[in-house]
Amino acid sequence: MSVPTQRATRHDVCPLDDLPVGEGRAYVVGGEQVALFRRRSGKVSAVQATCPHAGGPLADGQIDERVVVCPLHQNAFDLDTGESTTGQPPIAVHPCSVDPDGRVTVEL
Amino acid sequence: MTATTTRTSALPQQRDHKRRLVVVGNGMAGVRAVEEVLERGGAQQFDVTVFGAEPYGNYNRIMLSHVLTGQEQEDSIFLNSLPWYTENGIDLRAGVAVTRVDTFAKVVHDAEGGTTPYDVLVIATGSSPFFPTMEGLRREDGSMLDGVFGFRTLDDTRALLAAAREHRRAVVIGGGLLGLEAAHGLATHGLQVDLVHSPKHLMNQQLGPEAGRVLRRVVEGLGITVHTGVRTKGVHGTDRVTGVELPDGRVLDADLVVVAAGIRPNTTVALASGLDVERGIVVDDRMRCEGGAGDVYAVGECVQHRGQTYGLVAPLWEQASVLADHLTGADPTAEYHGSRTATKLKVAGVDLVQMGLPGPENDDDEFVVFSEPHRGVYLNVVVRDDRLVGATLLGDVRKTTFLQQAFDQGLPLPEERMSLLFDLGTPGEEVGVAELADDAQVCNCNGVTKGAIVQAVEGGATSLNAVMGATKAAKGCGSCKSVVEQITQWAAGGNLTVDESANWYVPGVPMAKPELMTAIRERGLKSVSAVFRELAPGGAEDAKSKMGLTSLLRMMWPEGIEEERDGRFINDRVHANIQRDGTFSVVPQMKGGVTTPEQLRTIADVADKYDVGMVKVTGGQRIDLLGVKKEDLPRMWKDLGMPSGYAYGKSVRTVKTCVGTDFCRFGLGDSTKLGIDLETRFQGIETPAKLKLGVVGCPRNCAEAYVKDIGVVAVGNGKWEVHVGGAAGASVRKADLLATVDSPEEVITLAGRFIQFYREWGNWLERTYEFVPRLGIERVRAVLVDDSDGLAAGLDERMQVTVDNYRDPWLEGQEPVTPGQFRTSLPLVDLPLVPRRPAGAPGGLVPEVHSNSNATPSTAEVSR
Repeated sequence: MSVPTQRATRHDVCPLDDLPVGEGRAYVVGGEQVALFRRRSGKVSAVQATCPHAGGPLADGQIDERVVVCPLHQNAFDLDTGESTTGQPPIAVHPCSVDPDGRVTVEL
Repeated sequence: MTATTTRTSALPQQRDHKRRLVVVGNGMAGVRAVEEVLERGGAQQFDVTVFGAEPYGNYNRIMLSHVLTGQEQEDSIFLNSLPWYTENGIDLRAGVAVTRVDTFAKVVHDAEGGTTPYDVLVIATGSSPFFPTMEGLRREDGSMLDGVFGFRTLDDTRALLAAAREHRRAVVIGGGLLGLEAAHGLATHGLQVDLVHSPKHLMNQQLGPEAGRVLRRVVEGLGITVHTGVRTKGVHGTDRVTGVELPDGRVLDADLVVVAAGIRPNTTVALASGLDVERGIVVDDRMRCEGGAGDVYAVGECVQHRGQTYGLVAPLWEQASVLADHLTGADPTAEYHGSRTATKLKVAGVDLVQMGLPGPENDDDEFVVFSEPHRGVYLNVVVRDDRLVGATLLGDVRKTTFLQQAFDQGLPLPEERMSLLFDLGTPGEEVGVAELADDAQVCNCNGVTKGAIVQAVEGGATSLNAVMGATKAAKGCGSCKSVVEQITQWAAGGNLTVDESANWYVPGVPMAKPELMTAIRERGLKSVSAVFRELAPGGAEDAKSKMGLTSLLRMMWPEGIEEERDGRFINDRVHANIQRDGTFSVVPQMKGGVTTPEQLRTIADVADKYDVGMVKVTGGQRIDLLGVKKEDLPRMWKDLGMPSGYAYGKSVRTVKTCVGTDFCRFGLGDSTKLGIDLETRFQGIETPAKLKLGVVGCPRNCAEAYVKDIGVVAVGNGKWEVHVGGAAGASVRKADLLATVDSPEEVITLAGRFIQFYREWGNWLERTYEFVPRLGIERVRAVLVDDSDGLAAGLDERMQVTVDNYRDPWLEGQEPVTPGQFRTSLPLVDLPLVPRRPAGAPGGLVPEVHSNSNATPSTAEVSR
């Protein structure tokens, strides 16, 4: 999985209200599993759903404004860049935005 | 930058332009050389370029065996991260291999076709695992069979870890240091490991035959099967390895094979560049290469110095220091004269230190031996001309510090040689630090002396971390850390500062627990986000601090806090325990381990209905239903109709009991009833770390109360002992007797008082087996039993409020608290496959695997 560089498609994924503040949920977007997170600042992020370390479900992890922490072995990944702060390979980050009518869209 | 036309010498010169220092090799030797150069002000003299074949910064290869066992995370073994190169103006070409050097044109050619001119070149290409010739090791196209590994790089280690998760049988070829560490690492992951070693005894490079035999017993005790004096004839398998064949025709089944049969210096680049190469790249006492056109140096495992090659870290760091003295001109007379090597085996449960000779060589060498094979102890020293020239310590390494000093510095030895091995008057380990000479080397990996540590402390480093940062002591294999800590304490006297963050309750809020509690109470903070907003630097949230803060707030405000679900760990959000494949385990409450036929029937029905992967009786006398999908949890709880057994939280877990007086003919007290009463009262209460309880009806201790966080023992005449601070997990500790009381009611009061005391004063994730010794059982007894501080009534009162406010979390399942609370987070991609082991098929693995790799994420919500 890598960040697409060209001809990414915008996908309408879910209403923002389906994402509780500060938590993550997993969706299938364009055939790929994506974890969406709604930070307390309101910013929404979309990253690959599995931890590269041992396949942990990142959507079940805890987040802050900067990172998501995998629930299995506490590996952390930057939500904006995908870089790991605990020495793991990076995760894919997908461009993501909230429409004026409150729908979350992901480019993939 | 201009190209120099004159031959550049290694001496410093006044120049308008810096010289170009190019280092081939980004391993420990190459980067150490650069660091030593920078330390001598080399940044003024050189523009530095480093080529590294691996696409990483520089990491501590020695610690890879700890990464393999899981004792260390990958990120903690990096010595120099990528930003370090930038900060020091070093041009790092990570992932670029060098092909050859033109020493006359002074140009480095790389695999990408690039050319890089240099004034001074350092070759530090290290070494590679040696793969002995074995039939079938390679396919026809020359590639290695799948499942065959070296154990040398971070990528090797990652690949091994991944393979260890999927496979069950491993063969390690080579019983030297690395082979033993690899075998132990794989055994830690539950693999069945065979170790094949062709010499007659293990670690034959370092140990004599007798020590090798004792080591073998110890290693076999770790569950590793050892074959010595056996060559590997060949490898079986067409595409992937399936086994290893021995000369007698026996075949050891293997899903993976690790080859650790020694290393060979990497000399390809040097050979292609016309430098003198024998076993390694030949260097003189200044680390200068022979052959070629000059200004070419080499350090590390790739070199051969006075006929000797080294595969250990200490020599290469000595070499780097000599090299840097020359390159920078700091000490033009510096010479390297070879190293006296010492070896430590990094295998948990095996203490082994070896230095110098394994045994006597000359007729008049003195040899003192002590051997006690059944305890796994073998000790020897070799003395020549009144100097220590060899020592082997297996199973008892207490004399290491003294012997190491004697070996390194040729100290005079006691007349009574036996006292080299046993405490008969030589400095023991405790008295050691004050009496050590200033130039005594403490950290052999990094060559740090006691004097350097004292200097660092005087220079303002007054904590262990600061000293380690300033001197690099204890940053190699780490085995000297306790000595470094002792010297730091000794040198700092009363001025020792504890690393501040070590005292913080959670990493994201810079306050110790009492201070944090005061601030929270004064400001009336009732949510995790409010704590961050008011008390964290810049008001920034910290994901890794949230769980600890939620626990603290719930303890402080038992009537209720402003719940924020994101403050909870996933287990506390869905009230079940997350498993490696992303499914959950469900443990219904079964107070005191007592159940009924009806309950068992219900559990059996539910297990069938939800297709539970495994039904397992836990160590805490409960029934665990494993492999439950998150979306099934609420319906499952409803069908069970039982409360949560709290097998997932940092909270009171279980109370384990024996059968007590009802049936047992030895029972002195009704332990079953007391256990149930304790569990009823304290169920689900948050604590700093998990809390396991046990009650037994007599000192026969059938429910293991002596190793519980709180253990209660009936001792007759209506009396009960209350023990606290026991453990039987990764640490094993017998609990301390807190008090003997006269009734079950008093047990409940005292247990509650202890739990509340622990909740208020224990650090986050600090188990009672750490908490009780930290305060001392006398202090705990004074506060809780004798009420020395007038705290008892308050503790009892706050515990009562907590108990009154308890709600069973499984009731939440009827109505999700947040949208998608029980929505799956399971990915479509392959996860670790958890083998399915149905009830009634003991040990029988059914070929079908239970994985959720095909699970379609349900968009349907659970019923509201």
